[in-house]
Amino acid sequence: MPLNDNTIFELARHYRFQWEPAQQMHVLLYPEGMVKLPGSSGEILKRVNGTATVGEIVAELESAFPGYDLRVDVIEFLEDAYGKGWIGTKQD
Amino acid sequence: MLSSFWKTLMEKAGLEQNKTNLPLWLLAEVTYKCPLHCVYCYNPLDYATYGKELSTEDWLRVLREGRELGATQLGFSGGEPLMRADLEILIAEARRLGYYSNLITSGVGLDERRIAAFKEGGLDHIQVSFQDSTREMNDFLSSTRTFDLKQKVARLVKKYDYPMVLNVVLHRLNIDHVQQILQMAEQLEAEYVELANTQYYGWAYLNRDRLLPSREQLLRAEEITNDFRQRVGNRVKIYFVVPDYYETRPKPCMSGWGAVFLAVTADGLALPCHSARMLPGLSFPSVRDHDLRWIWHDSPAFNAYRGDAWMKEPCRSCPEKVKDYGGCRCQAYLMTGDAANADPVCDKSPLHGLVTDAVERARKLAAGSEREAQARQRAASEDEAQARQRAASEDAMFFRDDANSLSLAGGKKQPSA
Repeated sequence: MPLNDNTIFELARHYRFQWEPAQQMHVLLYPEGMVKLPGSSGEILKRVNGTATVGEIVAELESAFPGYDLRVDVIEFLEDAYGKGWIGTKQD
Repeated sequence: MLSSFWKTLMEKAGLEQNKTNLPLWLLAEVTYKCPLHCVYCYNPLDYATYGKELSTEDWLRVLREGRELGATQLGFSGGEPLMRADLEILIAEARRLGYYSNLITSGVGLDERRIAAFKEGGLDHIQVSFQDSTREMNDFLSSTRTFDLKQKVARLVKKYDYPMVLNVVLHRLNIDHVQQILQMAEQLEAEYVELANTQYYGWAYLNRDRLLPSREQLLRAEEITNDFRQRVGNRVKIYFVVPDYYETRPKPCMSGWGAVFLAVTADGLALPCHSARMLPGLSFPSVRDHDLRWIWHDSPAFNAYRGDAWMKEPCRSCPEKVKDYGGCRCQAYLMTGDAANADPVCDKSPLHGLVTDAVERARKLAAGSEREAQARQRAASEDEAQARQRAASEDAMFFRDDANSLSLAGGKKQPSA
């Protein structure tokens, strides 16, 4: 998919993202299923809100976890999540 | 925190194991009442003899305790869950507690007033079952006149912006209609379609010889499904559940006993599998007497087949036991008489012949009989009770209804209709 710094993602319709105290991690809930989002994957998806651009998400994560270049990994995760239908682009 | 960031960044989140052993899936079988009489119902044969249904307060407590234990997916099922007038209350509480909730329904009883209330309460999705793509077969199999109503319900589901999950249980009498079933799903704008081949428990086991499809039927249906998948792509997500009688390895039933799944029945029993109630020698705890935490972690019934210490050969020394957990306890019991045996679907089981024999018996019966088609045609011009009565007596099919349930509980082997 054409993904650049200005791309804005939002959660797919009917998906719910939430923190699970019993599992101590974020999860994504959808009909008949649940995706566990341990650690970083939860940190990324937490910032997918229909307003933040990819560039902003990268910048925010890099400031929360300083000293690392996270761009490639974040983009790879978002592409994977898009491919699986967890998130869509705002224009969709 | 940093190291964990890197460690988990590329983890395939969806494949993560449920290492913590939580009941992620809570199934609330809120009632055994049902306006349908499906021949493949998985409910227990003797459901009509069970005691009082749980109260609203009982259910609210069960939902709370389940959520505290870590349950995320909640299914409202039955019977027909819409038969409970307090479903709106339970749904609203489920949302408040943070469940992702699913109404598993035939659609009978779902009008605009109720669906609006469910939306307001925060129900996440609705799974509507169809018996077939044709009015004749739908109405015959469920022994009701419900086909047109289901179409209406499907449109209501869309109108209220629910993901449309369409479920069709497949068997010999409708599996040749898979093409039409998928077209119907597309027409109704379903996002998810479950083509669930009958699993043989409860009423389905009783009617197995008349329901089991042939291998040719199954292969054709899979081919059609794959073609359809290619054509529609991501627009419709299709789950095709195979009938395990044609497999040589058992299904990893419930992902293991007491591993992720907890069902609570209308009358309050907690079960590690919705069919487990028939297993002898186990005393399933009631939510009236115990909290879910004790039931899940400590009750003897939930620990009976947990892990692999209970296994016998060939499972005990089998390297695949970590994948399939020895298959299904209920199937092992139903077919071999011992729930601790390997699921006979496995061709490593010395009793695998029970499965191949069943397939062969069903095939012979199908080849020798055209009565089903005739019964279907006649059913269109009879009233419900007449059709059910005649079909049952001619075809030796047991429709799930109170009269049959009571007579089966009394040990009779003939349909009472």
